Amino acid sequence: MKAVRKSILSPITTIATIIVGLIWIFPLYWALNTSLSVDTNTVLIPPAFFPKPMLLDAFAYVIKNTTIVQWYLNSVVSSIVIVVIVLSISMMCAFALSQIRFRASRAVFMAILAGFMIPAATNVIPLFMQLNSLNLVNTYWGLILPQLVSPIAVVIYKQFFDQMPVELSDAAKIDGAGEFRILFRIFLPLNWAITWALAIVLFIWAWNNFFWPFIIINSTPKMTIPVGITQVQSWYGIAYPRQLASAVLAALPTAVLYLIFQRRVAQGVAITSGIK
Amino acid sequence: MPSSIAQRISPAARRAGRRQRLIAASLIAPFAIVYLSFLVYPTLRVIGLSLTNADIAGVGKFIGLKNYAHLIHDRLFWASLGHTLYFMLLCVVPNTAVGLVFALMLVRLHRARGLAQALFFLPYILPVSVVTVIWIWMFDSSYGVVNFLLHTKIQWFQDAGWAMPSVSFVTIWWTVGFNMLLFLAGLENIPREYYEAAALDGVSRGLQLFRYITWPLLWPVTSLVLILQVLAQWQIFNQVYLLTAGGPANKTIVVLQYMYVQGFQTGHGGYAATIAIVLFILILLTSTLQVRFLRARSD
Repeated sequence: MKAVRKSILSPITTIATIIVGLIWIFPLYWALNTSLSVDTNTVLIPPAFFPKPMLLDAFAYVIKNTTIVQWYLNSVVSSIVIVVIVLSISMMCAFALSQIRFRASRAVFMAILAGFMIPAATNVIPLFMQLNSLNLVNTYWGLILPQLVSPIAVVIYKQFFDQMPVELSDAAKIDGAGEFRILFRIFLPLNWAITWALAIVLFIWAWNNFFWPFIIINSTPKMTIPVGITQVQSWYGIAYPRQLASAVLAALPTAVLYLIFQRRVAQGVAITSGIK
Repeated sequence: MPSSIAQRISPAARRAGRRQRLIAASLIAPFAIVYLSFLVYPTLRVIGLSLTNADIAGVGKFIGLKNYAHLIHDRLFWASLGHTLYFMLLCVVPNTAVGLVFALMLVRLHRARGLAQALFFLPYILPVSVVTVIWIWMFDSSYGVVNFLLHTKIQWFQDAGWAMPSVSFVTIWWTVGFNMLLFLAGLENIPREYYEAAALDGVSRGLQLFRYITWPLLWPVTSLVLILQVLAQWQIFNQVYLLTAGGPANKTIVVLQYMYVQGFQTGHGGYAATIAIVLFILILLTSTLQVRFLRARSD
């Protein structure tokens, strides 16, 4: 009897959950709806639940009349640079801590763990001064450098490298392979899954980072896209379709990345939060 | 220890040991340089800065504890601390509860689970400024869909009473997917046998199962979710700045925003550093709890 009840309940639960989910992301539909509408469609009561006529005017306007393409490039380049550098330096550091025996190993690892306790936000005042004295305010390196600090990647790599069988690097050493070779030819290929998960999560973090880019960049063409779109507002006063078109454009890359790599993102989020 | 053994063994082994140290050092160096320059150094400098009357370029002289003395009597600072705590009160527990409910809904699904999970998680991967643009439009006082559905004309982000609850609501909508994901991972780690054993003992009602099995076994995850949120929300700035700008009349200004105003808008670098130190200590106390909790879990 219980099995019967379950088989009837199961589709109902599924449908109910999907409905709640659709209500939850209604604001996203609403953003899309407005971004495809004309201005006069946004002052209707009751509101227009479908874009009529459906136009790409707002998108065209934003692309033509703001530096959004430049913001895109800035975001793409800076996020990729951050991900590649963070992964490389973390991987090397973790390899040394995991596979090479030396006296300070434990002390170094503890120092890295201590870094978790330091909140990024409270350092922005001295960081700004530091980059100011290096003449890096309002530059791409000023944007990128402080975002390279990511102790979590070291800790995760170390955790994965620690689980690799000792025989692996021993055998490679007998064959005459050096540490760099072992890391990039053996350890990295065997840890592609976690590298991808980390890369995607780091990319989303870098792409979405607001506070630091907001502080260090002050000329509009050098902004990243999340900071840049806040300018669209001040350029036009209130013009919802244009603002939402720029918001949709800003959200597109990470949203698409998430929808393609959903399971990797979930894995990356779980691992970086310390739950797995 | 390893080096003293090396000394006793042979010069060759000692050489090998030195080579190992050299390789280790060169592998660690790039990370260490970044870590020391952009994390350790600013952290030490912020302490020194808080004892000066520096401007935002870092130029100023030593004034001892004057900034701290001033801070104690700074009403706007205390107000910003109060607003941050009020925000936490409105946000932490509801965000956790909603995340748990969503996770409990999802864990029951056999079909379309990926789809349902994506629906709840999608807002989390949006940039904060996208979230705020969307909700400013949703909450628009004249033509917003929320006021239309509620038959109201409330200026959600400009009304002194509604501003902070509205910001909290937006924050929950934006970030609950993260909490949900952690809960989902936690729920999947609870062995099925526990529920089967409970069924044999005659406990089969959902609420009882939740109370006696799910909730206690999920507690480590729940406490992690709570701590991570408190840590994040000490540093709340972006949503508040973009939605209310701290208004109306500084009624929603939060600690980090006050630091930003002092440092970057009025150029009081030293005083801003003092605010940063206080915030830092509050966060440190919270994360000490987190580390203790994580260690307890890994033991």
